Amino acid sequence: MSQLIKQATVAVDTWKILETGPDETAETIALPAGDVIFPLAVWRARKNEIISCHKRIGLLLQPDERVEDVADDLDYFVVIAVNFPKFVDGRGYTTASLLRQRYHYQGELRAVGDILHDQLYYLKRVGFDAWALKAGKNPDYAVSAGFTTFSDAYQASTDQPEPYFRRRA
Amino acid sequence: MYRYDAIDRQLINERVDQFRDQVRRWQAGELTDDEFRPLRLQNGLYIQRHAPMFRIAVPYGMMNAAQLRQLAQVARKYDRGYGHFTTRHNLQLNWPKVTDVPDILAELAEVDMHAIQTSGNCLRNITTDQFAGVAADEIIDPRPLAEILRQWTTFHPEFAFLPRKFKIAISGTEEDRAVTWFHDIGLHLKVVDGVVGFTVIVGGGLGRTPIRGQVVRDFLPWQHILGYCEAILRVYNRFGRRDNAYKARIKILVQALGVEEFSKLVEAEWAHLQDGPATITQAEYDRVAAHFTAPAYTPDAAVDAGFTAKMAAEKAFARWVDRNTHAHKVPGYAAVTLSLKQHGIAPGDITSDQMDSVADLADRYSFGELRISHEQNIILADVRQSDLYEVWQQAKAAGLATPNIGLLTGIICCPGGDFCDLANAKSIPIANAIQQRFDNLDYLFDIGEIDLNISGCMNACGHHHVGHIGVLGVDKNNDEFYQVTLGGRQGNDAKLGKVIGPSFSAGEMPDVVEKIIQVYLENRHPDERFLDTLDRIGIDPFKNRVYEGRAHGKAKTAAKEAA
Repeated sequence: MSQLIKQATVAVDTWKILETGPDETAETIALPAGDVIFPLAVWRARKNEIISCHKRIGLLLQPDERVEDVADDLDYFVVIAVNFPKFVDGRGYTTASLLRQRYHYQGELRAVGDILHDQLYYLKRVGFDAWALKAGKNPDYAVSAGFTTFSDAYQASTDQPEPYFRRRA
Repeated sequence: MYRYDAIDRQLINERVDQFRDQVRRWQAGELTDDEFRPLRLQNGLYIQRHAPMFRIAVPYGMMNAAQLRQLAQVARKYDRGYGHFTTRHNLQLNWPKVTDVPDILAELAEVDMHAIQTSGNCLRNITTDQFAGVAADEIIDPRPLAEILRQWTTFHPEFAFLPRKFKIAISGTEEDRAVTWFHDIGLHLKVVDGVVGFTVIVGGGLGRTPIRGQVVRDFLPWQHILGYCEAILRVYNRFGRRDNAYKARIKILVQALGVEEFSKLVEAEWAHLQDGPATITQAEYDRVAAHFTAPAYTPDAAVDAGFTAKMAAEKAFARWVDRNTHAHKVPGYAAVTLSLKQHGIAPGDITSDQMDSVADLADRYSFGELRISHEQNIILADVRQSDLYEVWQQAKAAGLATPNIGLLTGIICCPGGDFCDLANAKSIPIANAIQQRFDNLDYLFDIGEIDLNISGCMNACGHHHVGHIGVLGVDKNNDEFYQVTLGGRQGNDAKLGKVIGPSFSAGEMPDVVEKIIQVYLENRHPDERFLDTLDRIGIDPFKNRVYEGRAHGKAKTAAKEAA
């Protein structure tokens, strides 16, 4: 089990990511109750159904799924989870940047998948505010040391929209 | 040159702490090898054939004497008393211990140096012209913008895990000396209607698939360069291939989409970013540019009768001046190239004692600063003409005055199979064998200007594709062979060399080069350089001479069958 970090603490995770089994399709899969993070394909196939039976909706984006394609739906989501199948696949950083900076998504933005201590600082900078730290990694150390690697940054990003040179005295 | 302030220093010190903690967790088993690998690579640390290889950043090639002395000290203390300058201005140590690297980084940080992003699939060191700021043909000094770009690339959160490495080169002169046509992004500074800006070239590269870059923006005002690079990087980060490391560079994406379609994507992204906070302010430009002002040149430096007399009296000095000094925009000054291409030494290698000598020369004669060139030499950019004789004598004593800059033995060469894990073949012994064959200076000078570049594998760290003569190490049934190309070149008309035919064994290489040179000498018109003759007569006469008497094609198959 991954371990959820939120608001600088280890948190209880109420959300479940819906996984489509080998014999299921987005059209046929049963939609469970509760706090569910739906894959993009399921959301697109069953949008009305999901809206009618869920007050709180989560969305899962894979690295190759385009933010532009859900830009009009962002108000529906309480959580958007961005998957990092491998931590060296950096596409999710741009996904997050676009969601926050271009589409002004305000809900929870959660990094899931191969989430490790040493990427937390960059993930925070581009706009993630929740992290499903990989099982077996130390969440207390992540909370205490993972987000404060650098005290400031040269370039603008989501957490600091002004580059350092615009903030010089 | 740029001097760090509190924030610059704070960030590199925090980097040292970060890496120390990562090494600690790796040793404790909290980080797996796979998890640690990209982290150490982003600090320039490879695991190589004999030991780790550690690459220290020299941003856009600029360094001061104190920094070079610290490198000398680090190489003595943690390595074997020498280092190797690469074609991207950086210094490599071949034998440090992984567990020493945090301490090495801490000692480098004392003199504002680091190894940030010198390796890994991220934004790498920015390179430029080694004569920036002093070149007679300079339009705009590229260094302030190179420093602004350095800061933007440093710890960029969105682009730390790109599909593959990403290299930016910037040039501000008439004649491109920064190989900008063969970088992921190449930037040409120019002035159009009184406005300073860039031509933006994307998708060039050497390596396994050598491709000349293409222009995505003919003119971009300088204030927008960070936002525009951000747009390019975003497109690449999203759409660059990640399924095959050999197809992952931006050049492959640009080729796959076509430059028009790629440009459209970039422009669409740029439309959102234009005039945003990344727009460089005049205040920031002025702040950074103030670090690159001209030193206090002596006003009457041009008057020196002694220099001309010494040139006339000593042929060896005149030769060195001819090859190893470069025109300076200030009369009475010259830029001196200290050759790291002494015959018999690995090209680009320098001992700690030599580093100290260079630092002394820089302090005494060149305002305490120096540069590293992509040809793997060291430049003292601001030497008075009247000091050249002393500089020559002292450089000669330190083994740094071989007068072969731009000549056949001034070879660009990667570390090759002696050190590098990727290499198919050794490169240093080939360089040394060719240097030995052409050891006669009269002969070398008679042959004249020629670039010979050697890479030990198709990753092309020795830039063999753009050598007038290029040599590439290849593996044939576990034996080391060498493929030869002719006609490659850097500069404004940069192009790739053509393969002349089947490859050669190491032992054949000095003969092959000698035959190529003979064809040139026999055919050249007065004042023709090697490249001019080659362009005029074509590749065939060279090919015919080199392969004369060698069975090939059907004849070779028949000979094999007969045996």
